[in-house]
Amino acid sequence: MNEKKPLLEISDLSVSFLMYDGSLERSSLQVISNLSLTVHPGEILAVAGSSGSGKSLLASAILGILPGNASVEGAMRYGGEPLTPERQKVLRGGEIALVPQSVAYLDPLMKVGRQADGHKKPRPTAERRALFRRFGLPEETEGLYPFQLSGGMARRVLVSTALLSNARLVIADEPTPGMSLDQAKEALRMFRDLADEGRSVILITHDIDLAFDFADRVAVFYAGTTVETAPAADFRRGPEALRHPYSRALWSALPQNGFTPIDGFQPYAGSLPAGCLFAPRCPLRTAACEAGTPPMRDIRGGEVRCIHAT
Amino acid sequence: MRLEANKLRFRYDRRSPWVLDGVDFSVSAGERTAIVAPSGFGKSTLALLLAGYLSPTGGQVLLDGAPLPKKGLCPVQLIYQHPERAINPRWRLQQVLEESGSLDSAVLASFGIEEQWLDRFPRELSGGELQRFCVARALMSGAPFLICDEISTMLDVITQAQIWNRILAEAEKRGMGLVAVTHNMALAKRVCTSVFDLEKQEYMAL
Repeated sequence: MNEKKPLLEISDLSVSFLMYDGSLERSSLQVISNLSLTVHPGEILAVAGSSGSGKSLLASAILGILPGNASVEGAMRYGGEPLTPERQKVLRGGEIALVPQSVAYLDPLMKVGRQADGHKKPRPTAERRALFRRFGLPEETEGLYPFQLSGGMARRVLVSTALLSNARLVIADEPTPGMSLDQAKEALRMFRDLADEGRSVILITHDIDLAFDFADRVAVFYAGTTVETAPAADFRRGPEALRHPYSRALWSALPQNGFTPIDGFQPYAGSLPAGCLFAPRCPLRTAACEAGTPPMRDIRGGEVRCIHAT
Repeated sequence: MRLEANKLRFRYDRRSPWVLDGVDFSVSAGERTAIVAPSGFGKSTLALLLAGYLSPTGGQVLLDGAPLPKKGLCPVQLIYQHPERAINPRWRLQQVLEESGSLDSAVLASFGIEEQWLDRFPRELSGGELQRFCVARALMSGAPFLICDEISTMLDVITQAQIWNRILAEAEKRGMGLVAVTHNMALAKRVCTSVFDLEKQEYMAL
């Protein structure tokens, strides 16, 4: 769909944690496996999927801020060059900005106005005030400390921080919880503006109905890997346009589309099923699904990891 | 039974602005009310007051005309947005659940809690898994009123639908009263029988 060279390319990424099992036995827990994804300049890639499917870990892996007991395999390329730990250190906070998932990332001892300005010189005070106004944050907010803000206000300050940076890639990890619908839409509109300027946004979110409206493509995660990547338009169209049974299940569980959940849970990282990770909950399951991990296939302008998809 | 807030006022100290200033609100057994308002209008503060976590600066929270009991199990149970902040990180999950009664494997299965999770520590489970424990703990207590403060915003939509369907089934069976704080009107329409707009202080049509 996009002829331009990708800004970020991730292929066959795996992340595992080395853990001690109560005794001195060490074991390795694989939390992301065979994950591939690309982000182009000028696009919003929404990352949707199960809680605990490794979405936030992906953000940490891109930025190189995984904990010390994590090991990463696979290839990541940024701007055509391999993304090494040294480059990650230079790029993060500058070219690559993060909107963290937790409002606890705000410095509790610093007024939020100065915090949003960051270390940039000259201070982008006027620009920041305009941004706060656009977000409906009252004038006096800049002089408040994080504990004096509600969840939704803190969230808007976090988003402002990333919008003020001149990053080429913004990774927004759940930027909208606690915001009202209008505020959430305003935040996503600002991400849309960034993308329209030629920058890239990875939008990790559970507000998938909003993401469908603002993103270009949607990557669906399940149990540490991508099961489908598709144009957002397919998600707006409905289940018959989607390729993977898990994507269809997500669509049908939305309150406005039936509110009907499928049974069962995502498998725990330590005890993944053989073959397709979704097979135990899948209505299309056959013996062939347990034979091996299904490869990513190109189908109808999207990618899907399901042997039954047509 | 009826849970009501009478002219409820709250502020953090005498120099702070009022977070809530004269709120009248009530919910009866069998009713399910959504509370909506833009962020920063005191929805979570109202939830904390209704469940007795905070004491009002003025006005009262009454359950059938009497103040909430100060001791023992609170008949108004609150479920938070962040399950990891509502669970003792140093307890195994079995201990977390036993706080509200003895375990029954049929009940656990109905909440989608797997037996093997009981031996784990909270940090070993995902947010969606932990939230099941918080919901189970609140419902197992047998409390007649439940306050749900944005309990599913951090969850994927399948887990959200699973957890809410479970709560609705239980609320229906026991005729519980329920208050749900949410920004998601589509969700409010699914789970509630009425909507209270805290900004305008009036009930809205669904």
